[in-house]
Amino acid sequence: MSLVADEGATTRDVQESGDRDLRLTALTKSYGSFTAVRSLDLVVPQGSFFALLGPSGCGKTTTLRMVAGLDTPTSGTITLGDREITYDKPYKRPVNTVFQSYALFPHLDIAENVAFGLKRRGVKDTKAKVAEMLDLVELGNQGRKKPFQLSGGQQQRVALARALINSPEVLLLDEPLGALDLKLRRGMQIELKRIQTEVGLTFVHVTHDQEEAMTMADTVAVMNAGVIEQMGPPAALYDNPETTFVANFLGQSNLLAGDILGPDGDVVKVSVQGTTVSIPAERSHADGGKGWVGVRPEKVMIAEVGGEIDAPGNRFEGGVVTDVSFVGVSTQYLVRMPWGQEVMVFEQNTGRRPIFAVGAPVDLSWRPEYAFLLDASQDALAGVEDGDD
Amino acid sequence: MTHQPQEALVEPDAVGLGPSGDDPGEGHESVRRRGGRFTGYWLMLPSALWLALFFLVPFYSLVAMSLYDPKGSNLTGYDMTWHVANYVDVLQAYWRPLLRSFWYAALATAACLVLGYVLAYAIAFKAGRWKNLMLVLVIAPFFTSFLLRTLSWKLILADEGWIAEGLRTLQILGEDGRLLATPFAVVAGLTYNFLPFMVLPLFASLDKIDNRLVEAAGDLYASPARAFFKVTLPLSMPGVVAGTLLTFIPAAGDFINAELLGSPNQRMIGNIIQNLFTNQGDYAAAGALSMTLMIVITIGVVLYIRRAGTEDLV
Repeated sequence: MSLVADEGATTRDVQESGDRDLRLTALTKSYGSFTAVRSLDLVVPQGSFFALLGPSGCGKTTTLRMVAGLDTPTSGTITLGDREITYDKPYKRPVNTVFQSYALFPHLDIAENVAFGLKRRGVKDTKAKVAEMLDLVELGNQGRKKPFQLSGGQQQRVALARALINSPEVLLLDEPLGALDLKLRRGMQIELKRIQTEVGLTFVHVTHDQEEAMTMADTVAVMNAGVIEQMGPPAALYDNPETTFVANFLGQSNLLAGDILGPDGDVVKVSVQGTTVSIPAERSHADGGKGWVGVRPEKVMIAEVGGEIDAPGNRFEGGVVTDVSFVGVSTQYLVRMPWGQEVMVFEQNTGRRPIFAVGAPVDLSWRPEYAFLLDASQDALAGVEDGDD
Repeated sequence: MTHQPQEALVEPDAVGLGPSGDDPGEGHESVRRRGGRFTGYWLMLPSALWLALFFLVPFYSLVAMSLYDPKGSNLTGYDMTWHVANYVDVLQAYWRPLLRSFWYAALATAACLVLGYVLAYAIAFKAGRWKNLMLVLVIAPFFTSFLLRTLSWKLILADEGWIAEGLRTLQILGEDGRLLATPFAVVAGLTYNFLPFMVLPLFASLDKIDNRLVEAAGDLYASPARAFFKVTLPLSMPGVVAGTLLTFIPAAGDFINAELLGSPNQRMIGNIIQNLFTNQGDYAAAGALSMTLMIVITIGVVLYIRRAGTEDLV
């Protein structure tokens, strides 16, 4: 439990400042009456791998383009260390981008593509640097090929090398793995993380793939409808979401309607369909009245009626299994509760007990320290559809 | 004629597949493919006939004509004597208008390239929702006859026209200065008439350029001007090559502009050929001159395409 609390604290540590932090202040971008990015405040610490995560249209790419200088903010400022770059031309900022489509120059070969930025800045002898970069992305012998002769994954690495060679203060990645197939994507995630650690630059990574963001980033900011819903280390975001959108977009959640009874020591008591549950105070994000009690499916424990459950809290009885999906390492159950709601349960296939069949009566419970409490005014389905990739 | 090569094509294939017989299905496959090849040739037939009738036959007669004995005439007919000296004669007599034609065509092509590039660039990148309208406006002049449009230029550039008078008032043109019957008028006419042939291929090339490439150049420290010269211009080279060819070739052979807007001093090779054919009835010289023009242009085009290295362009 102390683990969760620690991670909650790191959320605030992120705000600590360094020399060359990227700082967005009250950044806003409107297109006519549509506001793509609404008064965004964000600090990306120097040398961190930062992910902007959100569904398409949430404003994450617009934010990135403003940092790159490709879009001009309607208001607000962007600073890099002490230097304000809000209105600097793109070719005058120490920022480079890996574009979603790679945008490799088709008329230049790979080495010329990679050397492009250096040449524009008047560096005469680019050969050694280009060779070194191509080695870093493991394309050492492909320098004379044209972009169209390379596979998608190779083109992606060229785009990365072309940006990295300039040693930008901030490297922006706009869904860089979006065009790759799943297997290649997983490989590239590890590769990107390795390169980031190796070169130690600040990476700002825009993605709609929550798994990608969680795998690679030190800090994830979840964006929705032009604002940042929540920001923090991946595990903190996952374990202690503050809004229903984050709870649903980042993984899956069971949200149970409850009446908040009030604080009791360092927990908050909530009555869910007549059963009282406790939520740790630091995981409670609702003030009173009604709230959503959230539990991740893998945190819900399932047992036969009256069976033993390794959880100190109250148990919910009268559940009926309505769906069973066997996925090898685990089994995913849907359990219909007496009040009609279906609760998702993921259980590891430890072999301790046979898998339940559809129609089996079961009891559910969870360890109270893993539950979280959200404001009932939020839509329980926010972020559910968006999360599906 | 057309059946010969296709037999040759099919034969080695069938032999190669037959004895190997790795896969029993392959035999059927090749039979089906052979049928497909026949279909292709049948479908080619109409256009092949068309080409034979309207290209090969006239071309043959032109080559033959250029080798006629020049002693013949329209009335008495010509003898075919393989009179290669025709070529030497016409080159000696008309090398000046021939050079002039290429010079005017080059000037007009250069003017078209500058004007056309700006226009095509504006249509491709800046026109937004006016894009289609602007393209229609580029083509619109074609709805009027070529002759009529050139005649209108005669009015625009006339001595008492407002342009010539305005330039005289501004002392840019001398007291007796003229616009009409000058090389300027001819080149201007050529430029005007062939501009759409430059704009359309340029537009097609520029419109295909992914704007993200230009953004990427900016992101990689290229100022807008350098991004243009390093990315946009190289990527539009296919359009530049196509446009210059489509402009230069017809402009070099044009005679209407020199006829209507020029004086005898601006006569181009087209005027000479036309005169030799229709007025003087000197078919042999006209034919030899036509052939010369065609050969010089063909060699020039081949060298130009080699030089421009279109195979290098994507």
